[in-house]
Amino acid sequence: MLIFLAKRLGYLLFTMLVVSILVFLVMELDPGSVAQKVLGPYSNDEQRRLWMEANGYLEPLPIRYVEWLMSAMTGDFGMSTRFKVPVTEILLPRLANTAILGLGVLLVMVPLALVLGVLAGMKEGSTQDRTISVFSIATTSIPEFASGVFLVGIFVLWLKWLPGVSNMVGGFDIKQMILPVGALVMYGFGYITRMTRASMAEVMQTHYIRTAILKGVPRRQVIMRHALRNALIAPFTVIMLQINWLLSGVIVIEYLFAYKGFGSLLLEAALNQDIYVIEACAMVAVLVAVGTQTLADIGYMYLNPRIRFS
Amino acid sequence: MTDARRTDGGHANGSRPPILEIENLCISYYTRAGEIPAVVDFNLTVHEGESIGLVGESGCGKSTVAMAIMRYLGSNGGIVGGSIKFMGRDIVGMSAEELRRMRGSEIAMIYQEPMAALNPSLTIGAQLMEVPMIHEGVSEREAYQRSRQMLGDVRLPDPDRVMAAYPHQISGGQQQRVVIAMALLSKPALLLLDEPTTALDVTVEAGIIDLIAEISREFGTAQIFISHNLGLVRETCDRICVMYSGEAVETGSIDDVFNRMRHPYTRGLFGAIPLPSADKNDRPLVAIRGQLPLPHERPQGCNFGPRCDYFRDGVCAPDPIPMRDVPDAARPHHSRCNRFEEIDWAAPLGAGTANEPIVPGEPVLIVDGMRKYYELHDRSVKAMLSGNRVRYVKANETLTFQARKAEIVAIVGESGCGKSTFAKVLMGLETATEGTITFNGEEIESTEVQQRPRAQVASMQMVFQNPNDTLNPSMTVGGQISRVIRRFGVETDSQKVHDRVMRLLDMVKLPRDFYHRRPRQLSGGQKQRVGVARAFAGNPAMVVADEPVSALDVSVQAAVTELLMEIQREHGTTMLFISHDLSVVRYLADRIVVMYLGQIMEQGTTDEVFAPPYHPYTEALLSAVPIADTSIDKRKIVLEGNLPSVVNPPIGCPFHTRCHRKLGAICESTRPPVLVDSDTHRIACHIPLDELRAIEPVFFSVAGSRPAGGTPLQGAAG
Amino acid sequence: MAASTEALAPSTRRPSGALRVVRAIGLIRESPVGMIGVAIVIAWILAAIFAPLLAPFDPNATILPFQRPGAVDPATGKTFWLGTDKIGRDMLSRIIYGGRRVLIYGPIATACAYAVGIVTGLAAGYFRGWWDSILSRASDVILSFPVFVLYVIVISTFGRSGLNIVLAIVFASAPGIMRIVRGLTLDLRNRDYVAAAQTRGEHPLYIMFVEILPNARGPLIVDACLRLGYVTITIGTLGFLGLGLPPPDPDWGGMVNEMRALAIAFPHMVVYPCLAISSLVLGLNLLADGLREISIRD
Repeated sequence: MLIFLAKRLGYLLFTMLVVSILVFLVMELDPGSVAQKVLGPYSNDEQRRLWMEANGYLEPLPIRYVEWLMSAMTGDFGMSTRFKVPVTEILLPRLANTAILGLGVLLVMVPLALVLGVLAGMKEGSTQDRTISVFSIATTSIPEFASGVFLVGIFVLWLKWLPGVSNMVGGFDIKQMILPVGALVMYGFGYITRMTRASMAEVMQTHYIRTAILKGVPRRQVIMRHALRNALIAPFTVIMLQINWLLSGVIVIEYLFAYKGFGSLLLEAALNQDIYVIEACAMVAVLVAVGTQTLADIGYMYLNPRIRFS
Repeated sequence: MTDARRTDGGHANGSRPPILEIENLCISYYTRAGEIPAVVDFNLTVHEGESIGLVGESGCGKSTVAMAIMRYLGSNGGIVGGSIKFMGRDIVGMSAEELRRMRGSEIAMIYQEPMAALNPSLTIGAQLMEVPMIHEGVSEREAYQRSRQMLGDVRLPDPDRVMAAYPHQISGGQQQRVVIAMALLSKPALLLLDEPTTALDVTVEAGIIDLIAEISREFGTAQIFISHNLGLVRETCDRICVMYSGEAVETGSIDDVFNRMRHPYTRGLFGAIPLPSADKNDRPLVAIRGQLPLPHERPQGCNFGPRCDYFRDGVCAPDPIPMRDVPDAARPHHSRCNRFEEIDWAAPLGAGTANEPIVPGEPVLIVDGMRKYYELHDRSVKAMLSGNRVRYVKANETLTFQARKAEIVAIVGESGCGKSTFAKVLMGLETATEGTITFNGEEIESTEVQQRPRAQVASMQMVFQNPNDTLNPSMTVGGQISRVIRRFGVETDSQKVHDRVMRLLDMVKLPRDFYHRRPRQLSGGQKQRVGVARAFAGNPAMVVADEPVSALDVSVQAAVTELLMEIQREHGTTMLFISHDLSVVRYLADRIVVMYLGQIMEQGTTDEVFAPPYHPYTEALLSAVPIADTSIDKRKIVLEGNLPSVVNPPIGCPFHTRCHRKLGAICESTRPPVLVDSDTHRIACHIPLDELRAIEPVFFSVAGSRPAGGTPLQGAAG
Repeated sequence: MAASTEALAPSTRRPSGALRVVRAIGLIRESPVGMIGVAIVIAWILAAIFAPLLAPFDPNATILPFQRPGAVDPATGKTFWLGTDKIGRDMLSRIIYGGRRVLIYGPIATACAYAVGIVTGLAAGYFRGWWDSILSRASDVILSFPVFVLYVIVISTFGRSGLNIVLAIVFASAPGIMRIVRGLTLDLRNRDYVAAAQTRGEHPLYIMFVEILPNARGPLIVDACLRLGYVTITIGTLGFLGLGLPPPDPDWGGMVNEMRALAIAFPHMVVYPCLAISSLVLGLNLLADGLREISIRD
């Protein structure tokens, strides 16, 4: 067991390392273009050369990479060219905001999707199942930005119940969280529902469920005790991987609703070529993604008796 | 002595109350294509404590009947007529709650695949304890005690460990015992057993059958034993009901039906199974011609009519045939045949022409000291410290034998004995670790198939086990065979290739327009025939047949077995026949090699192996074979324990952990010597040859019938 | 039938290829859900092909800004069925032409991703060993990136162009496809017919592409439809973020982005492109679901 953990952690570090090399190569391969992006398009060659010398950009690539990596590990990603403050100063609050948004989404989406999935899979082919299935297909067909637009259209413009922007100028306001959470949930729950449904339907067809029924176990106990613990193993890992999806989804939603989170930070930085912010965001995103994936693997191993006791 | 059967003779209806009465039962399935009748006009009565065998081939409806008794037909099936009464109560009209109370407590079921039947995420204990807790409301503590007790009753060692274990942590045989325990916990009046041993190894199967027979006596439960194997039914049941295409065609006591059968299908079934006394040259298997009708294409009148030699229009068609009483039977005996009084039941079956035995030629395959070890790299810290980083799976250990031209050599053994590994090394999918394999004079043990010359590859081909997997589903039949022909360069001209495919189709007795069919349009037996055609496409000198008929229905098995033999005879091909089914092996092999856990335990001619002196493992294997021939009985030997894992084979003789003739410490420490009984017969055992020779034969004839262990035409060995 | 040396009678005629394709498409009739999906997808394909005939105006011509749906152009007398945008371009025409772009770039990107994914997946699943290790690790690394983080970084660094978008999509999708193909290959390689091919000494490429791949096509076709849906969403979302195909040609996502600020006053400018993209993806998803139902029944 311990060895498994050690292997997974080692693998995580390996992935981070490879990703860091890729990110570095993509962003900082050519020192000249870095200088240009930092100093702006109106700088001249002389200014750039001075700057590069001062910041160690005339060194060979591998050395530059190692230095960058070293400072990144201590949390120093440099200065944001746009905001003129250290990257971490902007990044951390934004991350916190996104975490709040993410938490809200998961709290609503996961129970909803699991319940719908189980209800659908329990009686495969029934009206209950068909309605839920078609509904989840329909909602996953609407891109996040479109569902945001639709929700705004209904709740802001037509019903006038909710505010249309979520920039939290007057402090934290839960009403401003509803639509962003809603838009993300609308797109994301369908996938989990379908996975859960498939898993549940498969479990209900197994021979061991037949054994339970023919043993005289009451239907409710068949579902709760015999079926669920097998059916929910697969969706569990899917849910952990939804965090990976969330990091993508927030880019669009935060942009649409002007929510000051990690996603909108990344987008602004990308559009404005704020290199160091982009690099930091990339590393953080991958860390979160790979970290949750590792947790998912460990969790799956623990939940599946065949693997745990082999 | 098969003492599983009740020996209290017959008893008339009514001396014991019937617990199950099925009358005129009709079950249909509803598909997109409409209503399909699965079971028609089915009648059965089961008395207290009685054991009835329900026999038939796939699609005959036997499992459907069992499911109907449990009222578990799925959303697209339904009982459309007739009645099922259990203890006088009508099952068909029961409410869901009444059904639930009945299931698992009054009627219980035992399934075909024990691993799949147990919940992988609950401990065995939890699954067992549920039964009394739900049906009798007992406390958890008492449920635990009773479950543990029951595990002991089904003869599972170390019940406490099993209670806490998950299903995947115990072996297949143990899992089935758990399923049996689970069924018996509430002392049901009726047990339904749906092919309970099909998924198990032969020696494990014998133990389960033994257990089932015992519990029937101990607990007084009635049983309905569903099987396709007549031999098994003979060993466990009092009465038998033969089903064909949704109908019962003959019912009666074992004695009556087995010895005085009165339906052509029953007789066809018996003619299609190899009996331990039969020899391929004297009594060829007779396949039932034709095919099982599809459920929506049943013929008018008698379902079996199109395949029956005694069919007569007007009598056997177009009116449906009723079940009629067979007179002069001690116990009730019925047959659904309108002509059973007229048929001469003593006449020999079909075209039973005896063949001349073939004289084998020079050795084609010589295996000498072949070893195949797989490496297992143990990466745990413990292994690193102790220095044992690499362990070996000894899949094949020092195999030595020969196969001569035109001979059929059978390799017999259970799972883990190494026969598939050996086949892989032979075919070049793996290479041997040590030793030599010489084929037609060339050493092939270290050449992978990619490196072998094309002619050599064409000269050794294989027929596979699973008919559903043996053909590429996306290619036409003709396309696949042509590919092989072209690949081996037998023909290159398109027209010639086409002609050859046609000739091959003729050879395997398939219609020529199958050329354009895809595998999903073929039945199991037809697919297997294509597999045979494909193997012979390149004129091979040797064909390796890996359990080619195990997955087929009984009547189809006979046809494909006979086909293989006919082709083999005609072309003089050497055949290596891998199987676990000793009846088939007795029937068609010239020589037999018995393997256990990677080593050869015994080898010799068929007669030699089937008669003493035996290796103790061979003795147990023979004893485990279910025999349908009522003139033969066998000594019962049940092995304890499970097949040991190949990763950790026992030191010394691999069989010593289960051997009923174990001598003692010597078996545990030293590899047994190879005893030479005759030029062709070798046994690897520590027991001296004289003692082995003195063992009584496993098979012996029941008083008054033919001698066993060989037909009168061939002198029995030993 | 006697085996003879005379010319053997020709076997029954093989059904022609065209007939089999038609029969395959006809299969979709068995799933009502699939049929709706097919209808939607075919409708959009036809709209894209016949765009010049169907669109009343030139999609890039600035005519009359801020018109509501149903207003009439005084100059030509034609109706702005879906209104015009803030620069004066007809929404309906832009939507029809926008469909063209999506239906060109989407399938191209998906097909290329499949080509890469199939080759790598077959190799990883069939050869195993270090092929598998390297390919699986590489795909794991790529898949560890949240998808849009990857797109945003790559496109903003390398520039907006059709080629870059296609390459980015291929790069991000191929590992997922590889995983699926690898899984199918691992399963299929244990079948007896593959063993039969191996014992014939067939070349690994033959085995991969003739014995294994055709038998994996069921799940792959379903996945292809779904993936085309994801790719469509991706193209739309990239347009929305300002990273999509360059202007002035219409791009559904880009249209929504440009007109965002005016959504309150003129909702038609953003709602119709959203409906367009949602309907196309819905069609693809329903089609995939229908195909999955059919393949299960087989």
